[in-house]
Amino acid sequence: MSTRVHWLLGGVVLAVGFSVSPVAAQVDFSGEWAPRFWEDQPERVPGPDLGDYAGIPISDAARLRAEAWDASIQSLPEWQCRPHSADYIWRGPSNLRISKEVDPVSREVTAFHAEWLRSVDRAVYLDGRPHPPEDALHTWAGFSTAKWDGDVLVVTVTHLKEGYLRRNGLPRSDKATLTEHWMRNGDFLTVLTTITDPVYLTEPLVRSTDYELNVGQQIPPYPCGVVQELDRDSHKVPHYLPGTNPYTTEYAIRQGLPVEGTRGGAETMYPDFAKKMKTLSPPRKPDPPPAAPATPRARAN
Amino acid sequence: MSLVSFRAALVLSALTGVGAVPAWGQAAAAATAVRILPVRGHVFVLQGAGGNITASVGRDGVLLVDAGSANTTDQVLAAIRQLQQRLDQREQPLGFGAETRSSVAARYVEAPPKPIRYIINTHFDPEHVGGNEKLRSAGKTFTGGNVAGNIADAAEGAAILAHENVLQRMTTPDAGETATPTNAQPTDTYYADTMKLSHFFNGEGVQLIHQPSAHTNGDSVVYFRGSDVIAAGDLYSTISYPVIDTAHGGSIDGVIAGLNKILDLSISEFRTEGGTLVIPGHGRISDAADVAYYRDMVVILRDRIKSMVDREMTLDEVKAARPTADYEPRYGAQTGAWTTDAFVEAAYTSLGGGRRPAPPARRPAARPGR
Repeated sequence: MSTRVHWLLGGVVLAVGFSVSPVAAQVDFSGEWAPRFWEDQPERVPGPDLGDYAGIPISDAARLRAEAWDASIQSLPEWQCRPHSADYIWRGPSNLRISKEVDPVSREVTAFHAEWLRSVDRAVYLDGRPHPPEDALHTWAGFSTAKWDGDVLVVTVTHLKEGYLRRNGLPRSDKATLTEHWMRNGDFLTVLTTITDPVYLTEPLVRSTDYELNVGQQIPPYPCGVVQELDRDSHKVPHYLPGTNPYTTEYAIRQGLPVEGTRGGAETMYPDFAKKMKTLSPPRKPDPPPAAPATPRARAN
Repeated sequence: MSLVSFRAALVLSALTGVGAVPAWGQAAAAATAVRILPVRGHVFVLQGAGGNITASVGRDGVLLVDAGSANTTDQVLAAIRQLQQRLDQREQPLGFGAETRSSVAARYVEAPPKPIRYIINTHFDPEHVGGNEKLRSAGKTFTGGNVAGNIADAAEGAAILAHENVLQRMTTPDAGETATPTNAQPTDTYYADTMKLSHFFNGEGVQLIHQPSAHTNGDSVVYFRGSDVIAAGDLYSTISYPVIDTAHGGSIDGVIAGLNKILDLSISEFRTEGGTLVIPGHGRISDAADVAYYRDMVVILRDRIKSMVDREMTLDEVKAARPTADYEPRYGAQTGAWTTDAFVEAAYTSLGGGRRPAPPARRPAARPGR
């Protein structure tokens, strides 16, 4: 074998060696990322319909809570200025900045920080620190640590405050944990989130969301002030008593869908449910209100 | 087990340290070491001693909010010693209480830390006051002048502060309960809306705020005004529905009022998170957002049960309607010290359930000729 061939083979080996990432791979996720709405656009912008729980493996308890939910609760002082939690904010409409922390001596990336328009700082630690004790404070961002699996960053999130699976009242409990897989393909970032909630989910909820690098992007400040929004008792908690929420079937009626198809549950995640849908009848549209009798004044006009 | 018999058992165990302890109390106390969780600055929470104990540990000494169960005091004392030793290794800050004189000069040899000086009881429950006697004995009251001259034992042991209804409860036990020993009773009580320590302690004001007719009739919320930490006692829990002791003045409306008071005192750091920290009687460290979620739940459940009371449903009918079904996987319990049924019953009772109004009086017959 000629020296030239030896060099060629050596080059191939080196090239392969560099292309296969070591266990401690370090893909750079830092940068400015713009959301791409290729998945579940209507749910994200403008937002989900009331009463649409399809595709979410919720428990009966979650459905009951959602049916008691009144959007007006978000006008309470304690609810204003809340950001989306770590599991939901990927699905929000806001842009994302990821920065990295680098150890000045070893030059290893020790943490990533994710920040959205309306979020708190979300730190993801790669330095091997343990999670806090279970009874430490829970936060919107939770507590995140990560490990590399090849080029994929696998993030474990605990200590989440209560949040929501869908922002139409479907709750996610503070007992939930989140696993994320961050994957970068050139200028695209895909994040796969898996939520496990022993309280309000019967199976893990898996969602993927895409972002695209946008080097010209700037995340502006987003201060938030709490105000008294309505002239009512500041301690009133808006909600519907069981059986009184008029909006639970609104979505099904408008879309002409069987109500069972909008109620959510693990069954609604799987393709076989489409067969069941064909056997169900959509709800009858309510009769239009009777026309008001014309008044003498109206007749005069 | 009814709430009354459950409490009687807990009282007995609190007083003796052994004996007729409900299974959960003994197991939790004996098997679990007391854990220290930092809250903010010199404020910590000690867990695993029954109810949560909030501890202010600093140059002025130790102030405890609640005392845990009787059979965990050795572990509580060990945890306090651990915190005091940490204190010795810290740089000495300025501005503490007068008798500490920490601002006089830098000293490189530290005096031993001051002992337990105050124990505040947020309410009377054995897992919160059971450690009173032993912890008080391990402490000391700093006094002098006429007080020390006239009351020979004024400096013996730490002071115990509580609302006067806690003292009333300790000195007038229910049938089957034993009176609380004198050394475990509050030394200083208050009957107004609030009580303040008369001076800064560990660099801040400490305020007791009474919440009438809530968990009991003697609840205090303790506010560390510099650290911005609130010890809520059993007004707030992250592990169960609120425990409402209707036999001793508790009510669901009082619990809601207490939670709202905590929210009114709280200021978040950013985006409704952090800032004022709240220590529940049981469970994890919280902030205003967590308390708001809990308040929302209690209001929603109160409204549901109230609507059933207004429809004159019986307690059995209310229980069968499962008004708590959506919160059950998070806060409910079918067994143990505080079951879902016990909560529903307490809420129902405190909302006037089962007391059907008398039928309206029959109208007098119209007088002839009118």
